[in-house]
Amino acid sequence: MTNIKELEKIATQVRRDIIRMTHLAKSGHPGGSLGCADYFVALYFEILNINPPHFTLTGQNEDLFFLSNGHISPVWYSVLARRGYFPISELSTFRKLNSRLQGHPTPAEHLPGVRVASGSLGQGLSVAIGAAIAKKLHNDRSLVYALTGDGELQEGQIWEAAMFAAAKKIDNLIVTVDYNGKQIDGPVDEVCSLGNLYAKWDSFGWIVLEMNGHDFQEILHTMHHAKQLTGKEKPIVILMKTEMGKGVDFMMGTHKWHGTPPNDEQAQRALSQLPETLGDF
Amino acid sequence: MKKYIVTDKKDTRSGFGAALLELGKQNEAVVALCADLTGSLKMEEFAKNFPTRFIQVGIAEANMIGIAAGLANGGFIPFAGSFANFLTGRVYDQIRQVVAYSNKNVKLAASHAGITLGEDGATHQIMEDIGLMRMMPNMIVINPADYNQTYLATFATAAWNGPVYLRFGRPVVPNFTSTSEPFVIGKGILFEEGTDVTIIATGHMLWKALEAWDILKEMNIHAEIINIHTIKPLDIKLILSSVQKTKCVVTAEEHLKNGGLGDAVAQLLAEHLPLPIEFVAMDDCFGESGTPDELMQKYGLTTEAIIKAVQKVIARKNY
Repeated sequence: MTNIKELEKIATQVRRDIIRMTHLAKSGHPGGSLGCADYFVALYFEILNINPPHFTLTGQNEDLFFLSNGHISPVWYSVLARRGYFPISELSTFRKLNSRLQGHPTPAEHLPGVRVASGSLGQGLSVAIGAAIAKKLHNDRSLVYALTGDGELQEGQIWEAAMFAAAKKIDNLIVTVDYNGKQIDGPVDEVCSLGNLYAKWDSFGWIVLEMNGHDFQEILHTMHHAKQLTGKEKPIVILMKTEMGKGVDFMMGTHKWHGTPPNDEQAQRALSQLPETLGDF
Repeated sequence: MKKYIVTDKKDTRSGFGAALLELGKQNEAVVALCADLTGSLKMEEFAKNFPTRFIQVGIAEANMIGIAAGLANGGFIPFAGSFANFLTGRVYDQIRQVVAYSNKNVKLAASHAGITLGEDGATHQIMEDIGLMRMMPNMIVINPADYNQTYLATFATAAWNGPVYLRFGRPVVPNFTSTSEPFVIGKGILFEEGTDVTIIATGHMLWKALEAWDILKEMNIHAEIINIHTIKPLDIKLILSSVQKTKCVVTAEEHLKNGGLGDAVAQLLAEHLPLPIEFVAMDDCFGESGTPDELMQKYGLTTEAIIKAVQKVIARKNY
């Protein structure tokens, strides 16, 4: 039985990391990072079959994760470090010169855990599909996971990939959409509505699941359920309801913290709501 | 100096297709992707013989590049094929992020490059692809001259560990390069020795440069002919040693003047050996419909244009 309390503790520390990283860098994307903290913690500490100390790019016989919305790199870096991919102290170098923790993730600086660059949106799903095909060709039964934003679904390439994955029965792939309803310029519904997202994925031929991205019980249950649904000749997508800025009261309910770092005072206020549970970097 | 003899006439894309089939037999890591142009790319035999290693992506080039990157990450050697136009400008950002910057072992197999695509017109003719691709860090750019060279280049491309842009064409052209010499990425080939001018040619223009050589000889002009099949990295040593001797250069390519082989050579000379250079390439404009020969004629990509450029550059040298 998973210790939910333990996951919550990690997630709180990850949220502290996100605030401190973006504050130190004076740049970055705290909003979506905070919103996806619970998902990343559940994924890396409970779901993925991985071997962090022995990271390889190919990742044969282990699960792979691709982040398509690369701007939420702070949450990914924090979770990768806390999971043992690289020293936690390195989080202080985020977005600084000569760092492996680039503004957007890249394998170019050889950061363990990152396999393909992302940042320019809409591309991660295609890469994940390629990786999933590679696993099939290798008779490797481990799975491929990917996360996309919801605003990112406005990119046409996503739907090229969605059509392809269903047509070619890519059934070792579990994609999650961070369905927070917000993007840089405002609510997704106002910028360019996604319409009925469930119906869209469903009509493209995917198995569609939904979950609350801030309820660990539900995340774990849904992810395990998704695993059981693999191998049935259909790709799987999970529409994950999250709140941008989750965990910091003044960052929630607005799109304004999508790409704005907290200043000194704001960082203090945010950190006062997030107790240090595992030790700061 | 290399011996060459015209054995037959073939399209360069068929050299790619034949090599891909052979690679498929030799190396299980080789996979191929195509965006609904399997016949045009000469990938049918590979697709027929290795159905599980052939991925028909449909008309979705951006998705194809991403899938290729994912396959490369998994240890495969993906050849992603389309027309040069749809495999460069259309997907520049995808190539940039998930192939070049991510340094994935993806091979971009670009057919129907240049004006010799012909009748389909300017929407399909790309004359800027070499420029686009040589601008991209981590990218190797290869533009073979005939069937045999394309065949060898395809093998070299598969053996190279990293992103490669392999550019070939549609029309049937003389097949004359030797298959007994190894094809080495980044190493140019000296076809004719001469003392008066260095002609540096790539792709379909190599044959025209060799035709020009005969005519120039009758005019008592001794041209040195260098084939640069790898535009990036450029064979700096071979080019500089030749130009040291001849003191002037003509470049010839089926590409815009902007961004192509001529640009690369001019930059090299400006830095190391500033001497007169003339460019046989297309001016800053789009193409149009026509037969390949008509178009090469109209846009100045001919044997005669090379001869004129040689006369002009020699005059500048002696000035």
